[in-house]
Amino acid sequence: MEFGRLFELVIAASLINNFVFTRFLGLCIFFGVSKKMETAVGMSITFIAVMVVSAAFSWLIFNYVMLPFDITFLKIVIFIGVVAALVQASDSIVRKVSPALYYKLGVYLALIATNCIIIAVPLINAGEGYSFIESLFFGFGSGVGFALALIIMASIREKLELANVPEPFKGMPIAFVTTGLIALAFTGFAGLITL
Amino acid sequence: MEIGRIIDVMPLPLVGVGGGIEAKESVELMHLLKFTLAFVAGVAAIFGLGLAVTAKKFAVKMDPRIDQVKEVLANAHCGACGYAGCAAYAEAVVTDPNVAVNLCTPGGNKCAEAVAQITGKVAEKSDPKIARLYCQGGTSRSLKKFKYEGVMDCRAAVIAAGGDKSCIYGCLGYGSCERACPFNAIDMSADGLPVINPEKCTACGKCVSTCPKMVLELGPVDGPVVISCHSKDKGPIVRKVCKVGCIACGTCVKTCPYEAITLDNYLARIDFDKCQSCGLCVSKCPTKAIYDYMPEREVAYITDKCNGCTICSKVCPVDAASGVIKEKHKIDESRCIGCGICVVKCPKKAIIGTFRASRNSLAELDMVSSECH
Repeated sequence: MEFGRLFELVIAASLINNFVFTRFLGLCIFFGVSKKMETAVGMSITFIAVMVVSAAFSWLIFNYVMLPFDITFLKIVIFIGVVAALVQASDSIVRKVSPALYYKLGVYLALIATNCIIIAVPLINAGEGYSFIESLFFGFGSGVGFALALIIMASIREKLELANVPEPFKGMPIAFVTTGLIALAFTGFAGLITL
Repeated sequence: MEIGRIIDVMPLPLVGVGGGIEAKESVELMHLLKFTLAFVAGVAAIFGLGLAVTAKKFAVKMDPRIDQVKEVLANAHCGACGYAGCAAYAEAVVTDPNVAVNLCTPGGNKCAEAVAQITGKVAEKSDPKIARLYCQGGTSRSLKKFKYEGVMDCRAAVIAAGGDKSCIYGCLGYGSCERACPFNAIDMSADGLPVINPEKCTACGKCVSTCPKMVLELGPVDGPVVISCHSKDKGPIVRKVCKVGCIACGTCVKTCPYEAITLDNYLARIDFDKCQSCGLCVSKCPTKAIYDYMPEREVAYITDKCNGCTICSKVCPVDAASGVIKEKHKIDESRCIGCGICVVKCPKKAIIGTFRASRNSLAELDMVSSECH
């Protein structure tokens, strides 16, 4: 349990290989939710929570059931099943335990199941063969990276609403261009830590 | 530099996910298939069971009436009821006995009755309202203090020394209300004033709260005559900056046969409880500050049902109805202004025409000449 190694994983997942800007995953949710700051923050918090739990569950199923019995080709199906079940369970639990939080999050809890990153992280954990704690921290790092991407994008898009954007670029096109520019900026992190 | 060296140095994006593909020499297909199916079925069963248990344990008891109320509401999420969204109002009206059932103004009376039926409360009939503009000083009729260059929104323009209009009470015309309306009932005219579509407006009040100059107010649909000005400046100052502002001359106060207009703070205001929408003040106003939202008025006509009771000639503000007692009366069409008071007051319902004939709930008009009854 070296903290150095775990810290490296978090930095790698959130900055160097940011899931949105470097790996280009989770883009539909990214563009859909980053219009306003409050939706972006709500989505990122729920995402981190669901990500860490589903990374844990997926690791357990993969290492204790799938590897010994040699059925690793079922990775994608089973991981998605885990995520969907977790999202549904957390929906019911949050609804009972904290109605205020449930009302605030609204539909975002269910939207997490449609996120590419939520399937990417368990697959990477399985592929790279991380230990339990390492996969948890990797999942947490990916959540932090997604949150960073959402918040940066939301703050830029809120300002873009009032800016003098040319008519053909209004809305999605300028958002794509902006994302590309931010992705370009994020390549500056490459080589920060050699993994 | 050769191309090869650049590719060595430049970091490539790690697109997608990693994970190796393990190749096997031989595979026992049937055994694998059976085990796989069993495994997937098992996992699905465990998750299904887990979810069912969670759903049961964490079930939230919700009153079914809340969902029923939510269905009959207008569901425009405009906030006219004063609650944060339609779901919040549905919950409040079902659980709290003090909450009125007619707060959903877009839904109207139909919605109020439906909600009353579901919750068991009593529905009070409220008169329909509409948003009215209290400014007629468009760009062609009023002066500007300076040229404004900035975000073309009234709420932004008002930060710049109160807006670019010379009259500080006037409409700035940059369209904040148009954008705020959830029903698309407001359009900005070429002169820079909002025009409210009476068919779409539900009096939700969003434009009223959005306008930084507060020139929009909710008024009854039955009150089409509006003194369209909010200027509390003295007459000479108003005339300098606007052609159609109210100069508080008091002509309308003297003209109104029902004493519905009062002067306060150099501004005339119509009391809609007293106003009979006769429209006499409109032509008398020297600056044309009074706007009539119903400019075409059909004249009245007395049918043969008339029994000559002379009530119509007593209530007519322009003396257009005349006749001998106990004989059929007649209306002078050249004098009739189409206010329709005779239509309402006639005990035999013998008068047709005017806008009153199509309306059926005007029981409020009994402040005039009660001794005739």
